[in-house]
Amino acid sequence: MDSVLSEDPVALKILIAGGFGVGKTTLVGSISEIRPLRTEEVLSDRGVGVDDIDGVEAKTTTTVAMDFGRITIREGLVVYLFGTPGQERFWFMWDELSYGALGAVVIADTRRLTDCFPSVDYFEQRGTPFVVAVNCFDGADRHSVDDVRVALDLDEDVPVLLCDVRRRTSAKEVMVTLVEHSLRTLTSPN
Amino acid sequence: MMREPPRWLDEDAGPIVRPYALIRGRTRTSGETFDLIATVNVVGEPTDELEPEQLLILRAARNPISVADVAVELDLPVGVVRVLLGDLRDHGLISVTSPSSKGPRPNERILKEVINGLRAL
Repeated sequence: MDSVLSEDPVALKILIAGGFGVGKTTLVGSISEIRPLRTEEVLSDRGVGVDDIDGVEAKTTTTVAMDFGRITIREGLVVYLFGTPGQERFWFMWDELSYGALGAVVIADTRRLTDCFPSVDYFEQRGTPFVVAVNCFDGADRHSVDDVRVALDLDEDVPVLLCDVRRRTSAKEVMVTLVEHSLRTLTSPN
Repeated sequence: MMREPPRWLDEDAGPIVRPYALIRGRTRTSGETFDLIATVNVVGEPTDELEPEQLLILRAARNPISVADVAVELDLPVGVVRVLLGDLRDHGLISVTSPSSKGPRPNERILKEVINGLRAL
């Protein structure tokens, strides 16, 4: 049998995280065919009260549309992108999403840098390789990469890069930087 | 003057059957939870007793397809699709292969291929 054709198909998962409205959907759409994925989940206890659900206290399930993109590298090698839900009440979905993930892109907006703290914390604690992509919105200060690194208190080996998620070339650079970082993490002695 | 009541036609009227009614209110599969990127393969011949949605899944999975893609194709929440897939697997009609069940994380060669593939997009 042909050894190449008989190889098991490989599916890889990359997460796109960051605060609400930071450009996750745009990034997924810039680099892949974006498709809305419906998840209907039971609201966890910790979600109730954290988010503003006044008037719908009786609601125990909610429908969440997640951004979902697919990049076919070749037949039998596919990269799936999942935009993590931005609101805090959906934290419980992250564990499942991040299980077995190759890595994560945390998109940061320098005007609201604190919004990406939870994502950075989460991936640091889980040991998921991640990069920080600073989305340069029109009119936003172009903080230097070093300033962002200091503000987020990132480890030295975590890549930080400026990007414009609307541009395909920029989105590609972000993804390549992440996979290279995952590769380094994977092959490092520790 | 009488105000016309709002008219909902076709898809605007919403689904005829609520998603969780399709799976009789169940929210869990009989076995483990399928990963979103697990691969669905058809391994058996469909029978007459299947629900329309299950037949749609079998049609969508004629070529290997991910769990997430099945949910998009059928426009159903992932939770519902997982239960439908669990039933099909219990009937021996499909196999669901989790990427993590095949051993450790992807090797260096695969990741270099991904990097080159992304650059070539």
